[in-house]
Amino acid sequence: MFKYALQRTAYMILVLFIITLICFVLIRMLPLPALGPEDPHAQVIEMRREAMGYNEPYLVQFWIFLKNIFTKWDWGLSEKLYIGQDVWQIFLNKLPATMVVNLYSIIWTIPIGIALGVFAALKKNTWIDYTISTLTMVVISVPSFVYAFLVQYIFCFKLRWFPFVMKGGTDWFSWDMFVSMVPAILSLSFGVIAGFTRTTRAELTEVLTSEFMLLARTKGLTKAQATVRHALRNCFVVVVPGIFGEFIGILGGSLIIEGIFAIPGVGGLTLNAINGLDYNIFMLSTVFYTAIGLAAGLVVDISYGFIDPRIRVGSKK
Amino acid sequence: MSNENYERIPAEKFAFVQEDKKLRDKALETKARGFFADAMLRFSKNKSSVIAAYILLFLILFSIVSPILSPYNVRDTDRRYINFPEFVPAIADMKLGFLDGARTMDSQSDNAMLFWRGIAEETGRDPVIDTLDTHETVVKRRGKEITTYSYDIEVNMYYSIGVVYKTFSYAEYQALQDWQNETGIQAIRPYVNPEDISGIKDNANIWYKVDSKGVAELDENGNFIPAYATDPSKAGAEYNSIRIPGDDGSYVYSTAKSGSVQCRIDYYNYYQYLNGREPTFVFGTNVMGMDLFCGIGIGARFSLLFAVLVSAINLTIGAFYGAAQGYYGGMVDMTLDRISDILSGVPFVVVTTLFQLHLAQKVGVVGSFLFAFVLTGWIGMAALTRRQFYRFKGQEFILAARTLGASDGRLMFKHIFPNAIGSIITSCALVIPGVISSETSMTYLGIVDLSDFAGTTIGTLLSQGNGAATTAPHAMLWPSLFLGLLMISFNLFGNGLRDAFNPTTRGVDD
Repeated sequence: MFKYALQRTAYMILVLFIITLICFVLIRMLPLPALGPEDPHAQVIEMRREAMGYNEPYLVQFWIFLKNIFTKWDWGLSEKLYIGQDVWQIFLNKLPATMVVNLYSIIWTIPIGIALGVFAALKKNTWIDYTISTLTMVVISVPSFVYAFLVQYIFCFKLRWFPFVMKGGTDWFSWDMFVSMVPAILSLSFGVIAGFTRTTRAELTEVLTSEFMLLARTKGLTKAQATVRHALRNCFVVVVPGIFGEFIGILGGSLIIEGIFAIPGVGGLTLNAINGLDYNIFMLSTVFYTAIGLAAGLVVDISYGFIDPRIRVGSKK
Repeated sequence: MSNENYERIPAEKFAFVQEDKKLRDKALETKARGFFADAMLRFSKNKSSVIAAYILLFLILFSIVSPILSPYNVRDTDRRYINFPEFVPAIADMKLGFLDGARTMDSQSDNAMLFWRGIAEETGRDPVIDTLDTHETVVKRRGKEITTYSYDIEVNMYYSIGVVYKTFSYAEYQALQDWQNETGIQAIRPYVNPEDISGIKDNANIWYKVDSKGVAELDENGNFIPAYATDPSKAGAEYNSIRIPGDDGSYVYSTAKSGSVQCRIDYYNYYQYLNGREPTFVFGTNVMGMDLFCGIGIGARFSLLFAVLVSAINLTIGAFYGAAQGYYGGMVDMTLDRISDILSGVPFVVVTTLFQLHLAQKVGVVGSFLFAFVLTGWIGMAALTRRQFYRFKGQEFILAARTLGASDGRLMFKHIFPNAIGSIITSCALVIPGVISSETSMTYLGIVDLSDFAGTTIGTLLSQGNGAATTAPHAMLWPSLFLGLLMISFNLFGNGLRDAFNPTTRGVDD
């Protein structure tokens, strides 16, 4: 198992490396944003560019880029949006907002999602099941900015329960901050709830019809006992890795929701970097999002092995 | 029946059953049902999918028909009718409470109500549709109790513009007068000199005597006192068209302004002059002053066509790629799998951005957007095809075909592929909404700007509507509603198709 995990991790790092290389070259191939002649930072940035090897071949540039990261954790300077500031510092300042909002959202949505899924599966083929399944389908289909609009219009404008945008400051866990985050949290939540409901329901209905459930009932367990001890455990083999994946995903956040509710997060930074052509920030975001995506997949794969003895034993062969 | 011993039956007792006619199976008494007919039958039993299919059909029809039905196109933008609610004049006259361009305005003072009355009296169209609520406030001032009233009213936004200042060249001014004479609709109102209305220069709607605060001074009967200009020496150009009632011929209809003519224009009538019709916006207008009814249709048209195109390309690439992976297996499979692993690892936003930055100048915005979708979009389809190929390639009928000398290509596309076609078709119906959703997100975020090519897109409309989501919710509501319905019905329809084609996976969501 350990060897498997190690192999997968090494593979993930290799993929990340290749993607970084490709994106790096593509970004460096773009014409550099011109610096204004009056720009007081022009000289600094010019020197930085020289040091980053902008006049060398791309592979040499990539080598310098990697060397800077591994020796000094230096991701370059922002050249347009936050002129002359360290990209990594800017990024670190943006990360907490994204994480806190997403954390709040999954903390309450995962239990609800799973509970609804279990409920629907237990009441399979009744009106409860049909209602939950159809609603899940509907909720999953609708894009997040539609929810954002509804939440903003109903809760922020009509009922005036919450402010329109997130409040400033860095007191991430204060009550005021939480209240100002609620619209964003709500908008993010619908999709997560529906996703977990769907997975749980599908998995549990399959488990409930398997033969070991029949055996469990035959050996004298009540339906509740059989469900809790056998069905749920088996169903969680699929659901729990999903939860882990979701936790990795909180780092990534949502570009759209962050834009609408003015969350000072990574998504907004990326979007500004794209629109403002700040390549160093964009490069960091690219590596970050790629790493998050790959790590989520990796965690899901590995956690399958830890949770499911069948996979664990199988991999030892 | 007695027991007989049949041990020795002489050969001549045997006779052939059929010597001169061919032996045939009995013809089937019922009509044979093909694979697709069977699937359709199963599909039609799934009520929600059938309803979804009808809604989908309706939405597609809408996107085709609405730009034709709408008197506007997406490039028609009006500078003044911005974020205005739904309005159809004929229905507004019936006072049914919808399509009347109404927006609720809170706490309008008595003075504001007078202002609305002024517009109503001058243009003949009352902007106040209904008074919803009256608030009474009692304030004590200098020992006296003063009662003030404020009103919550519904205002017809199209009527509420009333009269505006407009500057014309002499030729334009004459053309407008000719049009007035021809149609009998009066757009030009008598001019009011600012000095006659306490020097107010920025509000063309005041045509009556006011004090310095802009509050109307009424005569003893509670009527407005007109303040129209009568000095002919200040007239900008000769006026030889319709005059308002009560005009003895002395009113001046324009004023000179540096080589051109400035006048007060009844905007609603002027709009008729410009467009040849009264403003008709079934879904209202957005922040650009664009007709949403037409905009949604145009946007949806693009989204649908684009999604179908992307799906078709991805389906083809994915099918070939997955076929090669699944059929050859081993090293080929592994190598191709690593490639798709790498491609699928790049976030879509990054792909789109890089393609936009690199290719937009060379192949156009749409072309580079298409490439971005194609670069990673086929991976899911390839994985699906690969699975199907692994499932079928070891089966006996493939072995039989191979023994008969069929080539690899023939085995892949004549023998294996048709078996996998059901699940491939159905996944296509689920790929389309995914493409629409990503496309909308990207245009919403403004990473891709398609307005030059497509006119507008649903994503663009949504991002434009988002700015005024509270004051003009309709600009957000209609595109959202359309998109939401489209996504829901596409997904329900796709699920229904999948259940119909693969009855074994019914109710299992992957």
